[in-house]
Amino acid sequence: MSTTSERPAARTGAIGAGPRRVEGPAKVAGTAAYAYEYRAADAAYLAPVQATIARGRVAAVDTAAAEAAEGVLAVLWHGNAPRLRTDAELPGLQQPGELHVLQSAEVHYRGQPVAAVVAETFEAAQHAAALVTLTYEQLPHDAEFSAGRTDLATPKEDHRQGDVKAAEGEVVVDQTYTTPMQHNNPMEPHSTMARWDGEAITLHESTQGAHMVRETVAELLGLEQGRVRVVAPYVGGGFGSKGPLHAPTVLAVLGARAVPHRSVKLAATRRQMFSLVGYRSPTVQRVRLRADAQGRLSGIDVTATVQSARLGDFIEEAAGPAKSMYAAPNRRMGHRAARLDVPVPTWMRAPGECPGMFGPEVAMDELAVACGLDPIEARVRNEPERDPATGKPFSTRNLIACLREGADRFGWADRPAEPGARREGEWLVGTGVAASFYPVVPPVGGSRALVRHAGDGRYVVSLAAADIGTGAWTALTQVAADVLGVPLEHVEVRLGDSALPLASLAGGSTGMMSWGSTVHAAATAFRRLHGDDPAPGAEAAADLPEVAHRDDYAMHAYGAQFAEVRVNTDTGEIRVPRLLGVFAAGRIVNARTARSQFVGGMTMGLSMALHEESVLDARFGHVVNADFAEYHIAANADVADIQAHWIDEHDPLVNPLGAKGIGEIGIVGTAAAVANAAYHATGVRVRRVPLRLDDFLDAVGA
Amino acid sequence: MRVEFTVNGHAVAADDVWPGESLLFVLRERLGLPGSKNACEQGECGSCTVYLDDVTVCACLVAAGQAAGRRVRTVEGLAAQPARAGAGAAGADGGVGEAGGIGADGRAGGAAVAAGPGSALGARGDTAAGGAAGADTGQRDPDAERLSPVQRAFLEEGAVQCGFCTPGLLVQAHDLVARTVGAGGPVPGDAHIREALAGNLCRCTGYQAIVAAVRRAAEREHARLAGQERP
Repeated sequence: MSTTSERPAARTGAIGAGPRRVEGPAKVAGTAAYAYEYRAADAAYLAPVQATIARGRVAAVDTAAAEAAEGVLAVLWHGNAPRLRTDAELPGLQQPGELHVLQSAEVHYRGQPVAAVVAETFEAAQHAAALVTLTYEQLPHDAEFSAGRTDLATPKEDHRQGDVKAAEGEVVVDQTYTTPMQHNNPMEPHSTMARWDGEAITLHESTQGAHMVRETVAELLGLEQGRVRVVAPYVGGGFGSKGPLHAPTVLAVLGARAVPHRSVKLAATRRQMFSLVGYRSPTVQRVRLRADAQGRLSGIDVTATVQSARLGDFIEEAAGPAKSMYAAPNRRMGHRAARLDVPVPTWMRAPGECPGMFGPEVAMDELAVACGLDPIEARVRNEPERDPATGKPFSTRNLIACLREGADRFGWADRPAEPGARREGEWLVGTGVAASFYPVVPPVGGSRALVRHAGDGRYVVSLAAADIGTGAWTALTQVAADVLGVPLEHVEVRLGDSALPLASLAGGSTGMMSWGSTVHAAATAFRRLHGDDPAPGAEAAADLPEVAHRDDYAMHAYGAQFAEVRVNTDTGEIRVPRLLGVFAAGRIVNARTARSQFVGGMTMGLSMALHEESVLDARFGHVVNADFAEYHIAANADVADIQAHWIDEHDPLVNPLGAKGIGEIGIVGTAAAVANAAYHATGVRVRRVPLRLDDFLDAVGA
Repeated sequence: MRVEFTVNGHAVAADDVWPGESLLFVLRERLGLPGSKNACEQGECGSCTVYLDDVTVCACLVAAGQAAGRRVRTVEGLAAQPARAGAGAAGADGGVGEAGGIGADGRAGGAAVAAGPGSALGARGDTAAGGAAGADTGQRDPDAERLSPVQRAFLEEGAVQCGFCTPGLLVQAHDLVARTVGAGGPVPGDAHIREALAGNLCRCTGYQAIVAAVRRAAEREHARLAGQERP
């Protein structure tokens, strides 16, 4: 191989270019078929019946009226639902309690499915679902999340280095930061179409991993995996919630069992999406920084209190990123969990990192203010030489480069040091910065790709990867074309089907690392085996290559995000006219789809800063603002100028492609940058998102 | 009840429609036109935006009976040659056979591997496993030339990610271009575009590329109309 670069030889330059999405034409024409949209002449529809208590037992179920209703095919409840294996060995990320639907009378959270109706039409199913009468034995429930609870669990031992209590230094930042419960809300609802034919089942599923669904369903049912087929070529977003399976998929599987040879369709309603498919835990982050007068940290202490469920444990590891961000000899990071009678939390874009970089990155801004330092300089002064968490060298760490380049691009230098110094008419204007961080996560599951010469120099590349909107389809086409040395249009990538070779889950920003490396290996093997003039039908396959140095280095992606915030002195309204991010995330395979991922992540971060908050009424155990009218996400007019840039980072250690993953880092740090900019605009420090008008109104009002 | 109306220029009829059934349900479930999406079922997200006569509406909020005798135009009808009703939905007959072997597709009789997206290959049958893959999913590439200016602009600007909000946005953007430059007006500014698309939520893209795409489509249409005016 050439010594000019350790990157794989780029034969066509396809890697790094910005071709259009290969699946784009089908999506704009409206012909791309999502899970619910596969045509079935024999479709039936399933409507769940959800518990109206948060804890207790179903004492009685009266299905007579529902069964008598027109169009009803079956009414399922725990007394008649097919049995699932209770000893199933589910893939590690699954929550067995959540998936054992209709298996007992127990109610563990409000909204839990307690019955289901399968009917000829959607309306008939919904109507009959309302006719199912349930009698409950209600038990007292506890859904009150608070860091002040006395029964908090310590899910694992705290991370400790040095003695954080003994850290010395005259500057102390000791504050509590909070982020709310949030819901993923992909635009496509969680959807399933399930059909039994004999002892085999086909699922059209909105999922981040066809093989993961196959394995889980097969385990739950006690079927061989070969009897479960999962088809998912088009998925309308996931952001984590379509990683693990949730109750609706299992309901559809059970419902379809009752009507063999019919396709049972279930799409969660938006309202059901707030109780049935997971959420991001709220966090309370106590952050204590100690530093000398020059801002050099001697101690970092972070305790993140999060919400988990009695039904199943999921810890949002919000204290995690602080382990690796800044140097300090004394450090402690730990989690405390409130296990409540609520639905089980799940992954949401950058789980752990996204909320967990809010507290510490606002705290770093407070440290800078306390030391009279520029916030960028405060970070630069605490740059570690090695990964503080493990002592390993970094494969690459370009945080400072991101901060410097971002400062240049954003125009940071003109910033007044004092807050509240810039006023334009009725607007106070400020700027803020925060760091972004996302680790190089090992893929969940293995991958294998098959390259086949179709004749005439055209190739088919197959693996079951899920493109949930990330651009994987296009980027994998580029990788294959590049290695095979053929034009993009000579490569057809097939994905999203468990009948194709194994692919890891679309999660942890691992797509390019996992599938990209695998396709790279398969295409390389193809040329090695068959040369440049292969026979039609020639094939080669390869598995996900081992990463040789994974245990020798700390591997993370970094970024810096800059925000301009305007706060209205009459109304307290908060506007964000500018966001700018610079990222160091390894090699960028497709500039167009990568920019969309970064900008989309930052926009979701903006949404977190200004809008998103699921309000759980602890008296009843349900989210009260369970729709888009009440759970606001950033709309078009919230967004103005958002720019994403990246530095040309070359990291041959992370994987053969040199790609670190980009799907999540964009959301990490945005909310802190906005909160820091709001402080700079107004002098009001808000340690909670979403920021609200009334946080600022008293202080800035005329 | 029976409801008759036109969709994308074709006369259609749906029988046994329940009076409370939405136009969206009829389009998606009865007429095989799933391009219009159901993402909130209560008019908050705009994913189901269609034309009812010449006005854009959320199809989830329109009772099917209200469409009787009227013209409906969906994302499938934005391209120059409207898709026929039913052409957009994919087949899902069978899939896993009785014997448990993968790929015994009841309709195509071959290996039913999930269709690629826009296949880069011109003749899909040449390469498909068993010669039938993809054929039953109906996901053939629409000819890019047939696409409307807004559809093309969305592709060119990278305004599509997961694609679920895209159909509603396209119809709303199509309407904006028609009402502005299509009516002899100027190219709408960004604020105007953002206002016009205020009812269409997107969770992936961050909207910027969408605004750029609408601007591009409007500019192109403006230039085209200006060219027509010249002698």
